[in-house]
Amino acid sequence: MASMRFRKKTELRETKYFYFFISPWILGLILFTGGPILLSGYYSFTRYDIAHDPVFIGFANYINLFQNDLFWKSSGVTLYYTLVGVPVGLAASLVLAMLLNVRVPGQRIFSTIFYLPSVVSGVVLSLLWVWLLDPDFGVVNVLYYNITGMTGPQWLSNEHWVIPSLIMMSLWTLGNNVVIYLAGLKSVPQNLYEAAQIDGASRFRQMINITIPMISPVTLFLLITGIIGSFQVFVQADVMTKGGPNYASYFYVYYLYQQAFRSFNLGYASAMAWVLFIFVGVLTWLMMKVSRRWVHYEGGGD
Amino acid sequence: MTTRKISRSGSISAGERTVKILAFSMLVILSALMILPLYIMVSTALKTQQDVFLFPPKWIPSPAVWHNFIDAMQARSFGRYFYNTTLYSVVGTFGEVFSSAFVAYGFSRYRGIGRNAMFLILLATMMIPYPVTMIPQFVLFKNLGWIDTYLPLNVPSFLGSAYIIFLMRQFFNTVPVDLFEASRLDGCSELRTFWNIAVPLCSPALASAAIFGFMYRWNDYLGPLIYLNTDSKFTVSIALSSFTSMFNIVPWHLLMAAGIVAILPPTIIFFLAQKYFVQGIVVSGLK
Repeated sequence: MASMRFRKKTELRETKYFYFFISPWILGLILFTGGPILLSGYYSFTRYDIAHDPVFIGFANYINLFQNDLFWKSSGVTLYYTLVGVPVGLAASLVLAMLLNVRVPGQRIFSTIFYLPSVVSGVVLSLLWVWLLDPDFGVVNVLYYNITGMTGPQWLSNEHWVIPSLIMMSLWTLGNNVVIYLAGLKSVPQNLYEAAQIDGASRFRQMINITIPMISPVTLFLLITGIIGSFQVFVQADVMTKGGPNYASYFYVYYLYQQAFRSFNLGYASAMAWVLFIFVGVLTWLMMKVSRRWVHYEGGGD
Repeated sequence: MTTRKISRSGSISAGERTVKILAFSMLVILSALMILPLYIMVSTALKTQQDVFLFPPKWIPSPAVWHNFIDAMQARSFGRYFYNTTLYSVVGTFGEVFSSAFVAYGFSRYRGIGRNAMFLILLATMMIPYPVTMIPQFVLFKNLGWIDTYLPLNVPSFLGSAYIIFLMRQFFNTVPVDLFEASRLDGCSELRTFWNIAVPLCSPALASAAIFGFMYRWNDYLGPLIYLNTDSKFTVSIALSSFTSMFNIVPWHLLMAAGIVAILPPTIIFFLAQKYFVQGIVVSGLK
């Protein structure tokens, strides 16, 4: 009896302090996350230009959205960039991390060099790559000419090359992913490899049967955060291409921004925000669910 | 130990050496590719305008025009923009790190009713893209009369950020509970225990979080773009993005010079605090 009362008392005490300490976050959650999500849900059913009060118009924004070619175009562009860029980026990060995991002289210098480009980000990164990809004087086409003797593609000014160009640029700043993968590789128990070596497994077999499964939780994490990040591409579109040429880099969030803060169609933009919200939610849930089949957690189970 | 010895002698070691030589050569080639854009950035920044548009290009700028850096900084009021960006990065990061540490301590230390549910909500909010909440936040701040100030960018930081809270919680979880219990038995209040025991113990985590926060704000573009309208309030990123609109031909030498100056603070921090940096990335990604 006494011990139970004691436990009750501690539980109450713990709860009190728990909510005391997390109260700033709860306040932020209501004011800047939960509240805004609900509000944008409401705005998405209205015509709203910020100067006047929102007017309820039912599903009109959603109907317009799904009938708008530009919505489909921008969704397609964003998906294309994501579906190619994220897997290629992950594979490249893993290869770089594996190379850095081999004990060679100058290892630390190499990892610093691989990370360094990631310090350049945002606007500076975008401007630098506009220059590197300049069709006439950029270093990419200069090298292309030196190697092949032909003039290179128009990169950012070509409808078909613009997304591959941006993916190429994203491969230059893989530093974070490489660091995370490298830590994952270092945490794989060495005795697994030793056992495999005794069994005569080749290096390739070891990679397929030990390394890849052991780091699959890291892959899942990078996949989810990579996809979510990729859905939010904005700087490249605004600084490098203005969404062009011919809307070929009109990314989803760039379209949303244009609608909200250039055309002041806040209702329409809110509908776009909600579509993005639902899409990201469903996709994350799906990936977590499917991941149980391919992600290996040490000790099994959850 | 025995397996190591086996691999050191005999045929495996030959294979090992091949792998090492292959890996080393690939690392050298890839490093060159990684360095090349940075080299182009520096060499372009040192060229004359005529030399920028030369084909085939000069790989080494001659003459090296160091004056480009001064010209670039004077082309717009970059002193002002650097001051603004520094203030934003420092104030926002300070608020974010301390409020997040406070919240993370609550998550790690107390087994309150509803903790798991709260933690799940925290994880879920990490996945919510900023554009989803952007519009109502803008409306809120407009109604408060905060447009064209740094308040919309800084105030939310003082209520913690999900990502940093998560990161700090991972660190707090590694601290033995006994330390906190002992402090409580010594008669320290919960706040004192947080401040005197938890915070100093987790200063490496605070450093990692602060570096992240600083880097994020230093490069932030969308936030300042939405909220800031007056030129004297611009950040470096905003100023750089519209730098070219002042010229007929893009002055790549000046733009690259300005870009180099803009990335100096993050670069210096990266070299000074590489350890905390890597640590922060790893903890946020692995657990």
